[in-house]
Amino acid sequence: MGIYNWLVYVWGKMPILLEGALLTVQLTAIAVGFGFIIGIFAGMGRISKNRLIKSISVIYIDFIRGTPLLVQILIVYMGLPQIIGRPIPAMVAAIVSLSINSGAYVAEIVRSGIQSIDKGQTEAARSLGMTHSQTMIHIILPQAVRRIIPPLGNEFIAMLKDSSLVSVIALEELMRKAQLIYTRDYRPFDILIAASIIYLIMTLSISKLVRFSERRLRTSDK
Amino acid sequence: MTNDVVIQTVDLKKNFGTLEVLKGISLTITKQEVVCIIGPSGSGKSTFLRCLNLLEKPTSGSVIIEGTDITSKHCDIDLVRTNMGMVFQNFNLFPHMSVLDNITLAPIKVKGVTKTEAEDIAINLLGKVGLKEKAKSYPGELSGGQKQRVAIARALAMQPKLMLFDEPTSALDPEMIGEVLDVMKSLAYEGMTMIVVSHEMGFAKEVSDRVLFMDEGLVLEDDTPNNVFNNPQNPRTKSFLSKVL
Ligand SMILES: Nc1ncnc2c1ncn2[C@@H]1O[C@H](COP(=O)(O)OP(=O)(O)OP(=O)(O)O)[C@@H](O)[C@H]1O
Ligand SMILES: [Mg+2]
Repeated sequence: MGIYNWLVYVWGKMPILLEGALLTVQLTAIAVGFGFIIGIFAGMGRISKNRLIKSISVIYIDFIRGTPLLVQILIVYMGLPQIIGRPIPAMVAAIVSLSINSGAYVAEIVRSGIQSIDKGQTEAARSLGMTHSQTMIHIILPQAVRRIIPPLGNEFIAMLKDSSLVSVIALEELMRKAQLIYTRDYRPFDILIAASIIYLIMTLSISKLVRFSERRLRTSDK
Repeated sequence: MTNDVVIQTVDLKKNFGTLEVLKGISLTITKQEVVCIIGPSGSGKSTFLRCLNLLEKPTSGSVIIEGTDITSKHCDIDLVRTNMGMVFQNFNLFPHMSVLDNITLAPIKVKGVTKTEAEDIAINLLGKVGLKEKAKSYPGELSGGQKQRVAIARALAMQPKLMLFDEPTSALDPEMIGEVLDVMKSLAYEGMTMIVVSHEMGFAKEVSDRVLFMDEGLVLEDDTPNNVFNNPQNPRTKSFLSKVL
């Protein structure tokens, strides 16, 4: 009876929850997408010989990884408007803070991906007269990307879960939708279990995809 | 013959931290010379070779190529390197590219050669190293000996004036050493200027014009193979040769 009751209730809320889940996936994809671009530069900057570029990258990466995402979201949404003198839409604040956050984690993934490529590759390329950037573009990055894909998938999963934090700035992703429903219906247990299951399905599907691509890459490496 | 100098080093020194690896090496190598460098492990042979194309930055002294000191700040080292091919012990082929792309990449990107022209050169070189049918293969599909022959072709595709070999056969199974040495021999007979670090004493005897014996960062012997192998001057050369021959 309990389960049946729950199913009927949750089924009725499913359209709202799925609407939220769609936004969750979109936010995550955008954040990790921008994060990837930021991360490539910050990751290369982190191992750059140029002191200034290196320092900026290190400060960025350490600051983001060493402070809570919730604080970062609020700095962008509440803090920045105080400085620039006008409000920032919640959607923009969410994308900006999640992207910047993801970028720092991707940077570390990119750095270790680049450093995992044998030094001999760089030496061979440079001994043929290729410049540092030609070597990066044609030799190091294409090989590093293959090794980066699995950890990048894990970053996507982490970001998918962490994006629930933007519910605090009233952005109606999955978590916020769930909150809105239970503050009205007083059935938080029912709705939070439903939301958890949706998160779980999303993260499990992604890790399946990651494992599949890992296997594909491993065979194509041979 | 002085204007036929290809590369010259003057009091070349290299330290790694407090470790003095090269303690002042001065020598001159002329066009079409084949120079073999022998010596015990850790004597600085690789470091010397890598200083010649600035994969290692010398601590002091100079490397002069066609009158230009390439250790000076104003020198475009990428340009200089296009004149020097290097072959490594571990091949260092690019595993994500086909054999053909391995060979054509640098000519296209660095020299601005057209793709068709670069491919013509590559096919030609693959023929020379006996691997024409492997153009579309990936490095992972080749044996060690085949990989090294591709690596030689890749270096030659830049049409270098000088080839540096760092123990090109040391990572190979014994039955594959011959095929790589054969390629190197024919290169030598075509008049390529070569500096070869090798433990293949047979190759050194047969092919080289000069043999250098290095020990503890110094060149202790620099003479014809006949003199070095049959009449070494330095006691340390004698003791090294008695161990390896
Ligand atoms: N990047 C480096 N950092 C610190 N020490 C180094 C480095 N490269 C080489 N060395 C040291 O310099 C010395 C000479 O090394 P090198 O590789 O030139 O010797 P080698 O004559 O080529 O020896 P092998 O026959 O074993 O290849 C060794 O003691 C080595 O440990
Ligand atoms: Mg060596």
